[in-house]
Amino acid sequence: MAQQTTAHGAHTEHGGHDHHELSFWRKYVFSTDHKVIGLQYGLTAFCFMLIGLFLMLAMRWQMAYPGKALPIVGGLLQAILGDLWVGKDAAGVPGVMLPDLYNSFGAMHGTIMVFLAIVPIGVGAFGNYVVPLQIGAPDMAFPRLNMVSYQSYLLGGLLMLASFVMPAGAAKSGWTSYSPLASVNDLAHVLNGQTMWLIGMVFNISASLLGSINFVTTIIQLRAKGMNWMRLPFFVWAEFVTAFLLILAFPPLEAAAAMQLVDNLTGSSFFLPSGMVVSGQPLNISGGGSPLLWQHLFWFLGHPEVYILLLPAIGIVAEVIANNTRKPLWGYRSMVYGVLAIGFLSFIVWAHHMYLTGMGTKISTFFQTTTMMISIPSVILLTCLFISLWGGSIRFNVPMLFSLAFLVMFGIGGLTGLPLGFNASDIQLHDTYYVIAHFHYIVAPGIIFGFFAGVYFWYPKMTGRYLNEFWGKVHFWLSLIFMNAVFFPMFIQGLAGMHRRMSDGGATYALSNPQNQGVADGLSDFVINLNKHISWAALCLAIAQIPFILNLFISIKKGQKTNSDNPWKSTTLEWQTPTPPGHGNFAVVPNVYRGPYEYSVPGAKDDFTPQNELPARKSDTKNTSAK
Amino acid sequence: MEIPYTTKPRPDTALYNAKVGIWLFLASEVMLFGALFSSYILLRVGADPKLVWPALAAWPHHSDGLLNVPMGAINTLVLIVSSVTVVMAWVSLKLKNFNKFFMFQGITIVCAMGFCAIKSFEYAAKFSHYHVVLNDGTAMTGHLEPKQYFTTDKKLRAANVAEIEFVKDPPSGHGHDAASHDDHKPVKIKMADVQRLTFWGPQQSTYFAIYFTMTGLHALHVIGGALVIAYLWLPGARMWKTDPERFTNRVEVCGLFWHFVDLVWIFLFPVLYLL
Repeated sequence: MAQQTTAHGAHTEHGGHDHHELSFWRKYVFSTDHKVIGLQYGLTAFCFMLIGLFLMLAMRWQMAYPGKALPIVGGLLQAILGDLWVGKDAAGVPGVMLPDLYNSFGAMHGTIMVFLAIVPIGVGAFGNYVVPLQIGAPDMAFPRLNMVSYQSYLLGGLLMLASFVMPAGAAKSGWTSYSPLASVNDLAHVLNGQTMWLIGMVFNISASLLGSINFVTTIIQLRAKGMNWMRLPFFVWAEFVTAFLLILAFPPLEAAAAMQLVDNLTGSSFFLPSGMVVSGQPLNISGGGSPLLWQHLFWFLGHPEVYILLLPAIGIVAEVIANNTRKPLWGYRSMVYGVLAIGFLSFIVWAHHMYLTGMGTKISTFFQTTTMMISIPSVILLTCLFISLWGGSIRFNVPMLFSLAFLVMFGIGGLTGLPLGFNASDIQLHDTYYVIAHFHYIVAPGIIFGFFAGVYFWYPKMTGRYLNEFWGKVHFWLSLIFMNAVFFPMFIQGLAGMHRRMSDGGATYALSNPQNQGVADGLSDFVINLNKHISWAALCLAIAQIPFILNLFISIKKGQKTNSDNPWKSTTLEWQTPTPPGHGNFAVVPNVYRGPYEYSVPGAKDDFTPQNELPARKSDTKNTSAK
Repeated sequence: MEIPYTTKPRPDTALYNAKVGIWLFLASEVMLFGALFSSYILLRVGADPKLVWPALAAWPHHSDGLLNVPMGAINTLVLIVSSVTVVMAWVSLKLKNFNKFFMFQGITIVCAMGFCAIKSFEYAAKFSHYHVVLNDGTAMTGHLEPKQYFTTDKKLRAANVAEIEFVKDPPSGHGHDAASHDDHKPVKIKMADVQRLTFWGPQQSTYFAIYFTMTGLHALHVIGGALVIAYLWLPGARMWKTDPERFTNRVEVCGLFWHFVDLVWIFLFPVLYLL
């Protein structure tokens, strides 16, 4: 990939004549090319995702077999983290996660997966790589800002990881870091895991901010000639709304992080009420703060965040479905208005995470209403995608399989969210495994499947080779089966009342626990034993990713060649570039003449008409003259 | 292919890239400070109205005179002047008059430095001002004799101080800075009687916590903006010779940021000093 030099400044001298060789560092590490940055984001985020997966596996083991040492890695964990965190089991084998470590892994699993894996893949990786190509731009509007965005994200992520070796371990107050718990759980150290979490978040938020400003500016300013708003591929619309959500929703969390940082470093009481007592000792604080304030600020980000995670994935799925049904998206305009409505409504639903905080029934009713309202545009999107399948001659390739699974899995995740949105039923379900099952159905077999679809779909553009179809299908079917085997039983556990944050998987509250003799109700053996099934399914799910990882790296050199710049016979502009796209992306400046999904147009010479193909009459004369 | 519209505006949006970028950035800044203002409202509304300053956890009233209103007012004026000069500097460039730009932007930088100087005097006054709660529940404010910065009861006890000399503030309503300290003899207080002693920092009360967070964040913005303006004033100004249009745009963009920083202060001053 040729690479622009930054010596003249990113805004000037972006010309194609600038082709001299760049050093390794400039080309792959401090690159300003949106494609390289996209890949950097993607690979880094994928590593974080694997770390998050490992944390989850360790936790799953402890839930299924409380008190038993972790096999294989238990001794290693003890060596790294020390006796404070890792204990010995009854037989004296080291490697039992102590509850504090479980909490720490839980908090970091959530943080890493949401902030360091899913958002960077959806926005940083796919958005960066694909959006400028799809709108016919030579690069992002601010290439150097783009580079700083990635570096800041990397730094924030490394700080988060470094917090595991802090004297009292990483943050352990959940990915939501609720105060006052987050402020008081390690009073002995000023620079504790929570402080590192907050500092890491500030870098991470700055990274998203710089990235999203870049996205919106790029989409507004750098659209190719003729690429008007209703000709934008749906993926670009999804990224556009996502970027706006990032710009507007993240700063309140940054403010909240700053305030919690002030609380933790100076001993102020933004989120600490009067009369706090910790471990029997009254805290020497001024008091007068509000724990609810943190929750409001956190969820003001937290709920738009859900759509920040979702929209890029649904954008990818829309691209893949249109391409593989060989039909235009059904209701493109409704989908655009739907995604805009989601963007707006997502700012006024946040307190449905807070029904049980006692903020008042009137407020709950308001947020219940808005929560039900936001399900309407979400259903519009999903329905449009379903109807798009109708009557299409569907190509069941790997990206399409993942997209189809996305529709069903996201559907399950979305519909099971409704009982959580009603505050009456939420009282029963709040903080149970039902919640875990609900949002993991959206994120794991939903959003991550969308990302898999994107990887299989755009890989030929990035490398010029296909990913292996057979191993792709193995990856797909195993992932689909084990995803459901992991998350479906959690609905049952949640409905049985199993709480989401118990390090022993609920054994304390089991009916079979001798301590609970004569207790009226508790968790049945069936519910407790599901833990084991889930944990083994989770391990199988992790193993099922191995074909994908190998496929990803081996296919770079050994994959089947595409022999075309447009192997999927797609209409959108990213396929009209050289493969892989060079510096400046396009060989000729593209002109756009039509909408993004002109598939199977009656009378057209192919079943797809690229956006930049000259209109019929002119192209006829041109073709004859060319021939 | 070059990135288009870095200097010339795009015809259908009539904006060049950086201008779109800075407005989006300002939108995010609005949300950042908006969240802090909302927090201020929530904390103040949530404070116990029965408590009266200087009681612990009480929300002070402006008549308690915690902040120095004249200094805040002068700072408001300083920033408004700088807002005018930053526009004049940009207009001068549009009129191709670099020398006037140099003069006006110089005034802007002087104003920024003046603002920070005044603010640091205000901060220093807070860090040597104390809030004491005795074991019998009496709360009072004043100064330690001799003057000390950043002290708390924990530090005094660690240093084995048995007794402090404390100059009490005059009754509220007179403003602490206006009062002459000579009128008030220091009283001796045994450390054994002290429940809580702390300087007027973020830990003293939620009011000071939000005051320091908001004004501190604002001061960081002032410093950041001033650094960019100073860069474009001296080394960055070379671009005027090579690419005057782009240089003018740069001055415009950082001017927009500067206006935003001023605007935040226009809200901060009444909210923190006058309410």
